[in-house]
Amino acid sequence: MSDPVLRNSYSQPDAKGRFGQFGGLYVPETLMPLVLELTQAWHDAKNDETFWAEYHSLMTHFVGRPSPLYFAERMTEYFGGAKIYFKREELNHTGAHKINNCIGQILLAKRMGRTRIIAETGAGQHGVASATVCARFDLPCTVYMGATDVERQKPNVFRMQLLGTTVSPVTNGQGTLKDAMNEALRDWVTNVHDTYYMIGTAAGMHPYPEMVREFQTVIGKETRTQILEREGRLPDAVIACVGGGSNAIGMFHPFIDYDTVKLVGVEAAGHGLDVYNGHASSLNGGRPGVLHGNRTYLLQDDDGQILEGHSISAGLDYPGIGPEHAYLFDTGRARYVTTTDEEALAAFALTCKLEGIIPALESSHAIARVGELAKEVGKGGIVVLNLSGRGDKDIATVAKHMGETGASLLS
Amino acid sequence: MSVARIDRRFADLKAQNKSAFIAYIMAGDPDLETTFEILKGLPAAGADIIELGFPFSDPMAEGPTIQRAAERSLAAGTKLRDVFMLVKRFRELDQDTPIILMGYMNPVEFLGYERFAQTAAEAGADGLIVVDCPPEEADALTDALDANDIALIRLATPTTDASRLRTIVKRTRGFIYYVSVAGVTGVKAVDADAIADQVVRVREAANLPVAVGFGIRTPESAASVARIADAAVVGSALVDEIAALAQTKNLPENNPNRTNVLEKAAILANAVHSARLAEQV
Repeated sequence: MSDPVLRNSYSQPDAKGRFGQFGGLYVPETLMPLVLELTQAWHDAKNDETFWAEYHSLMTHFVGRPSPLYFAERMTEYFGGAKIYFKREELNHTGAHKINNCIGQILLAKRMGRTRIIAETGAGQHGVASATVCARFDLPCTVYMGATDVERQKPNVFRMQLLGTTVSPVTNGQGTLKDAMNEALRDWVTNVHDTYYMIGTAAGMHPYPEMVREFQTVIGKETRTQILEREGRLPDAVIACVGGGSNAIGMFHPFIDYDTVKLVGVEAAGHGLDVYNGHASSLNGGRPGVLHGNRTYLLQDDDGQILEGHSISAGLDYPGIGPEHAYLFDTGRARYVTTTDEEALAAFALTCKLEGIIPALESSHAIARVGELAKEVGKGGIVVLNLSGRGDKDIATVAKHMGETGASLLS
Repeated sequence: MSVARIDRRFADLKAQNKSAFIAYIMAGDPDLETTFEILKGLPAAGADIIELGFPFSDPMAEGPTIQRAAERSLAAGTKLRDVFMLVKRFRELDQDTPIILMGYMNPVEFLGYERFAQTAAEAGADGLIVVDCPPEEADALTDALDANDIALIRLATPTTDASRLRTIVKRTRGFIYYVSVAGVTGVKAVDADAIADQVVRVREAANLPVAVGFGIRTPESAASVARIADAAVVGSALVDEIAALAQTKNLPENNPNRTNVLEKAAILANAVHSARLAEQV
């Protein structure tokens, strides 16, 4: 099995943007014509080779792709199970996988003749990636960011401002990602005539979940090629953190048709799954509902009100999840486990010490579960972890926590 | 009764050459008893139809005024069943004024379409507006509402073209809600002259009355809309008065500011009802 033919029987979503019962198009009527136009433009671009040629050229020369597939030798030894590889998305320009999506969407926005970009951001990685492509393509950009997140991700706020973007703090609700997304939608509905909404994850209304996935599948496609070169076969498992879920779906998608490849998503369990409103595990601790344009699993109370949730990681602190993950969860094709704040911090420290890599707190959630997965797969097996972002942005959060816990992380 | 109650109200007003005044308030803002006191007073103040908002944590099409109203309502602990109870209590006092429930999809989903429609009908509600449920996603909900004789009222907007309009008017009953500005509630001001043609176009396509809302804050703008549309909807301007009321500590029945809400409603209602008469003189 040196080079299995890329199979292609999986064909979600359907024409209405449905992944089984999930996904769809739940937006105010003012936005409907715009979203339908976007769907058409995306369909045209998707089938246009020149669109993809420009995307791939920028991926190579601007983003620095392909990102390496790195054998994490010391971590492999430490856990004593399957070989652990890292897909090094944190080495991309701007330090995370988010740029893959932004390059695709800015090309689409240009193609549609839009003259203004808006985006939402949690950790600030998508905000920085949006600000970056807007600088590169000379379009004005406003990024909505919850006031709480502005506070805990200051370096990224400054980066966006350096790149010429207006950062608009959102004080509604708890001031996190969902509130930023509400405010971005309000801007969009008010400025329909010229504005393109650059959603940062594989969630929201059709066609975003499919479109963002397609821009992120570069992760899984490269991984597949690279692991075949290195090991001559496909991995036994791939693992990635899920907030909205774009890095995970980008890794999973090219492997969905290969039953021998386990797909493992890691949700943020915050203070613990048993703590009411204390986690951000939409699949393991939520139920289906409708928010931000799509039907998916949501954290909600006993009357259909959305809960804020909690995670130490701003990028995972969202009460929903992309509809394709909801589908993969319900069908059982992918497995979703959880990591608490404490476990993520321990994994963060471990990766610094063992591999000389400072991972994002988001990615640290996946790292916290990779040891068990490597043991489950066993010696002789292969596990690929998507290292979705670098952790420079998180050092203040981690330092604060070390102060609170007597620097136990360094022991 | 339900859809018929809406139809009858519009027919009566049409016979008098009057446009309808539709008052929007948020259920449970700032608490349920205050809402009930205001609800009770609205028909006498001149409200022909009442839109009763049910709160949602993430009201993505609302401006700051209605967002705050939803926050106050949820902070007071309002549940969907309380909203139905308000309707029921109102209906015991008033059998003629249609009540339209207005909100977002998730609370409706959470209860289930069938149960929502049945409970709303039993309480005496007549219509439903779901801001984030376009026709593409509405079939199952419409089935449930039709079975319980509740009108699903759809929205047309300045971005709606002719072909889209055909999609929107299908399965709409009661009236069509024309959103007069591209934007969120209560921020931009309506320009009645600019939308007059649109209102005619929507009325012809739907063969139903057209209510205009989203940017009406003053008696003057309410009157200008009343001249071209079958109804004028005012929300944020009334909710501003309720916000002022919410800051005081008096019990609802003793609160002088409650009178302000109803007085504001009466001024707007009068502007709407007399708009066409003034034109004739």
